[in-house]
Amino acid sequence: MAWLLVLFLLPFYVVLSIAFGAVDPLFRTPVPVWNPVQWNPFQFELLFERVFGSGGFLGPAFLRTFAFVAAASAICLLVAYPVAYFVTRYAGRRKLLLLVLLLAPFWVSYMMRMLAWVNLLESDGLVNQALVGAGLLGAPFPWLAGQPVTVTLGLVYGYIPYMVLALYAGLDRVDQRLLEAARDLGASRRRTFLLVTLPLSRQAILAGLVITALPMFGDYFTNDLLSGSPRTSMVGNLVNDAVSSPGQGGQAAALVLVLMALLILPMLAYVRATARAAREAGR
Amino acid sequence: MPRLKRWLTDPWRRPRLLESLVWAYLAWSILPVALAVWFSFNAGRSRSSWQGFSLRWYWQDPELSVWHDPDLHRALLHSLRLAVLTTLVAVPLGVAFAIGLDRWRGRIAGTFNFQMLLSFVMPEIILAVALLFLVTNLLKVVPLGGGAQLLGLVTFQLSYPVIICRARLLSIGGEYEEAAMDLGASPVRALRHVLLPLLAPAIFASAVLVFADVIDDFVLVRYLSSDAATEPMSVKIYNSARSSTTPALNALASIMLASSLLAVALGTLVYRRFTRGERGQESAVGELAVQV
Repeated sequence: MAWLLVLFLLPFYVVLSIAFGAVDPLFRTPVPVWNPVQWNPFQFELLFERVFGSGGFLGPAFLRTFAFVAAASAICLLVAYPVAYFVTRYAGRRKLLLLVLLLAPFWVSYMMRMLAWVNLLESDGLVNQALVGAGLLGAPFPWLAGQPVTVTLGLVYGYIPYMVLALYAGLDRVDQRLLEAARDLGASRRRTFLLVTLPLSRQAILAGLVITALPMFGDYFTNDLLSGSPRTSMVGNLVNDAVSSPGQGGQAAALVLVLMALLILPMLAYVRATARAAREAGR
Repeated sequence: MPRLKRWLTDPWRRPRLLESLVWAYLAWSILPVALAVWFSFNAGRSRSSWQGFSLRWYWQDPELSVWHDPDLHRALLHSLRLAVLTTLVAVPLGVAFAIGLDRWRGRIAGTFNFQMLLSFVMPEIILAVALLFLVTNLLKVVPLGGGAQLLGLVTFQLSYPVIICRARLLSIGGEYEEAAMDLGASPVRALRHVLLPLLAPAIFASAVLVFADVIDDFVLVRYLSSDAATEPMSVKIYNSARSSTTPALNALASIMLASSLLAVALGTLVYRRFTRGERGQESAVGELAVQV
């Protein structure tokens, strides 16, 4: 318990102290101020200025993050739902094999999966070779030069296994007898799906959206590997840049706190909903 | 036409469209990685045109292969070292926690569940930055690099063994241990000769999970690394994915993939052996899937 306290709550207190702390005038390194009474919000004023001010260069990154995450999670849901649906309802004897294949990406490092796409999407990579060879493209397309499409699809590729798993767990719990009853009572396939399956899987859809979307907000490596251009940078990149450039520690702390504040509600909602579901399943 | 109509209205037809979508999805999710592994065996320098099979990028190339390039070599060893050390620290600690929690009950158990659930959804960068500031500002005794990485990894991996062992403890119940003590075993002997052997599958499963997870970790270890010597494989791939021009990086990634797959495959086999003959035993993976 003490361990958890030291390594969970203490770090956040340090982040707070740095975000509200002073800056060493000589070396411009952040100096944490431990006493909350002396906390100073100037890092947040600076951040606010950079996001919303007239010369605000961070604002677009925030908007872009929301757009990318929304698009990527929507695609994840649209692709993952049919997959999970098929595996729960129609897989039959091949269910175990399909499950193993669906879980396989979890055991492949994220970096490896992105590296694979870097290889494929390079200007002389296989994707361009195939598209040019098929006559769909006149010249190789620069996929890796700051294309929003590439970054969004990269995020989809990276996080979709979580969505599939969440939907699978949810759909698997849907009582098959309810579906049979609906069909027996004369509902068509489509009506059964729309009126029975879909409403019953609402919780799973929400859980899936949360566990795919939230980690995307802190993602910077997908972006760095698949684009690397400031034209597609996201909040995660801002944090990473602030951490790695000297003198920006206070900004990094402030950004982390802002990110935390934006995400805390959906995070807690997810944890509560899951804990409740686990309790109900245990009864 | 009537056949088509009958096929369309047949309520029991197999959902071909759905099925092909599933296979397309699987191909899309697995093929890129398979191709990356395939090109690590390329004889040429290209990562996109095949020039014949060779093990050049693993050890034959005298300078650029994983075996001979000191940077890649070091990254590989550092990853494995971190994974082994974290497993060795986190698993015994987690098992002790789980047994303790099983005795005391109370709110502390909820904390672990909370932490595990939270770590699924909280962007890792938040935790990593917080820990980085902690280590650089407060816990200055812990130097950045191996020590700090180990500390951070143990913290975040601890919940796997705790949760898996607790689930197993619940299904074992208290009777075996009580029977042992009724027959004259001291509490320590009962723990050593009865409870721990019964817990073995859970301990093993969590060790595998921790090992495979640490090998793949990126955000945390990157922020807590001090210099090139403490950068593991994932960071190495991140640093040079866009600049490196040889398949040696693919070879490194393939080794990384092989080690986590090996750990998981071995884990599944041993776990099955341990729990053979037990009814209703969910596999470790299944348990985790339920957790999500």
